[in-house]
Amino acid sequence: MKIEGKRSIWKDYQKEIATDRFFYVRSCVRQNFFPGSEKTFLRIMKDVLHKDVFENAAHTTCSGIGYHSDVVPFETAMTMVARQFSIMTESGYENFTTSCITSFGLYSEILETWHHFPEVEERVRQHLLNATGRTFLKPANLSHASDVFFKFRREIAENSTYRLVNRHTGQPLQVVEHIGCHYSKMFPSKGVGGAEYPYVLAGMIEDWGGEVIDYPERRHCCGFGFRQYLVQANRGYSLACSKKKFDSMAPYKPDFILTNCPGCPMFLDRWQYALSEMEGITYGANGLGIPVLTYEELAGMLLGYDPWDIGLQVHQVPVEPLLDKIGIPYDSRRKFLTMDGQLMGQPEPPSHLKFYQHE
Amino acid sequence: MGKLYDKLAEDVRFTEGLKACLNCGTCTAICPAAEFYNYQPRQIVDLLQSRDDAEIESLLKSETIWYCGECMSCVTRCPRGNAPGLLITVLRAVSQELGYFVESEKGRQQLAIKRTVGEWILKYGYCLYPSEILPAMHPEQGPIWEWEHENIDAVMHRLGANYRKTGPGILRKIPQEDLDEVQRIFDETGATERYRQIEEFSRIKAEEMGISLGEGLDNDYIRHIYTTNDIDHTKDA
Repeated sequence: MKIEGKRSIWKDYQKEIATDRFFYVRSCVRQNFFPGSEKTFLRIMKDVLHKDVFENAAHTTCSGIGYHSDVVPFETAMTMVARQFSIMTESGYENFTTSCITSFGLYSEILETWHHFPEVEERVRQHLLNATGRTFLKPANLSHASDVFFKFRREIAENSTYRLVNRHTGQPLQVVEHIGCHYSKMFPSKGVGGAEYPYVLAGMIEDWGGEVIDYPERRHCCGFGFRQYLVQANRGYSLACSKKKFDSMAPYKPDFILTNCPGCPMFLDRWQYALSEMEGITYGANGLGIPVLTYEELAGMLLGYDPWDIGLQVHQVPVEPLLDKIGIPYDSRRKFLTMDGQLMGQPEPPSHLKFYQHE
Repeated sequence: MGKLYDKLAEDVRFTEGLKACLNCGTCTAICPAAEFYNYQPRQIVDLLQSRDDAEIESLLKSETIWYCGECMSCVTRCPRGNAPGLLITVLRAVSQELGYFVESEKGRQQLAIKRTVGEWILKYGYCLYPSEILPAMHPEQGPIWEWEHENIDAVMHRLGANYRKTGPGILRKIPQEDLDEVQRIFDETGATERYRQIEEFSRIKAEEMGISLGEGLDNDYIRHIYTTNDIDHTKDA
């Protein structure tokens, strides 16, 4: 990747990220599809970085998926967000960090709206008071959880057992980074590195030993498109977006894809399966796919956590080839076991996409 | 200035999203929807700044406004600071309020979204919930999701979730008093009324189309709007 121009852009988009005492709100998509990632984030924050991260059980969805699929009005979404801020305030925190990119974008949009239209903020405060009796302070600092790992990426590296290096060749792994659209496309100044060349994941990849692939469709959407995925009749849009990215990145032979949005890894993982079933296409070597990771999973892997503790067994595209490249050990017999060691059965193998199975 | 234009302009997102478009087409060039559907955000912004009420009414009843994926890629690139994706959110809101959404195939899908994500927010406090994400409705999720769905309690437990249990944690049972607050927010801020409008306009449309619409998801109208493209919406159509 040619980085001179990008470094110049990155300098223009420096973002303040809190250093401790985080109020953490969860992601609807992450909890459903990659629960191990949120578990791993909190484990690293506590055990490795020794940070105070607080979760209040009263928080709910921000309603962002409902808002961006247009069934939830803006007025409602703003008041739902105001309620989250109220719970942060009553918990005694002021640094708000979100697991979800859709949420992060919505929080950014709402805070900007209130900044430019103070009368809207006043109206929302009244709505919240009428509905719940609550009041709130706005966060002193708003970050996405990937911002926090970016800030502490060197501390994570210092504590890591493994690096993003191919143990057979000694060469850095080649990594595609995919940033969720709502991280900074609406408000470039809210993201590390801006919107065109965000640095939030690139910084982790560089400091953890890998190299970032610069490919033509790097900034193209994964294709969630909210209603374009939620309704089955529209999913051609979603699939076409992901396929455009895979076709563009494949010639660079990526070792894996790293993501910071909860939805993107799910789509980039599952659409590889769908394309293999529909057209027999596989994007990795020898019938394998390109593994897709969350940044929490990647950090956990490099820190030496058991791959099945961080949730790598719930990927449709197997991650084992990447573990083998880095030299991270795993016990394939334990992949589909319950907490107390019982076999849960195992998924059917796909027709084309190679799948690792318990023998 | 027309009445529909005035109505759109009441929304702060409209005034934020529409400054002055010079028709350069940069938004269309970057737009994922324009690559897939018969869709150009440039045309929408141009039509809106014409302030022609008859054209705006046609737009609100059209398939066009439902093609956007709200990725907001257009916002980054517009050299004049317009936000076509934000304008779409306002057009969709007004289309639903006036009942125009049922005049298009893609607009009618709003009932399916209301009865899934829309109702899950109130029922569970989450936009998505694993027991509701049925493999039959999501074949693209593959065998891994079928396996997870069949073993959901054990998988969630293995991965450290607090699924359906009290206290903090992943997919915890959100306390009823908190769900009650969400319901009251919906009542106070217009979401409950929007849900009612989506249901009512869809009921009338289903009757007009002669397709039965019952409660929940197991009825002919929901199956139709969820799965069917009776017309070709794509760019190459």
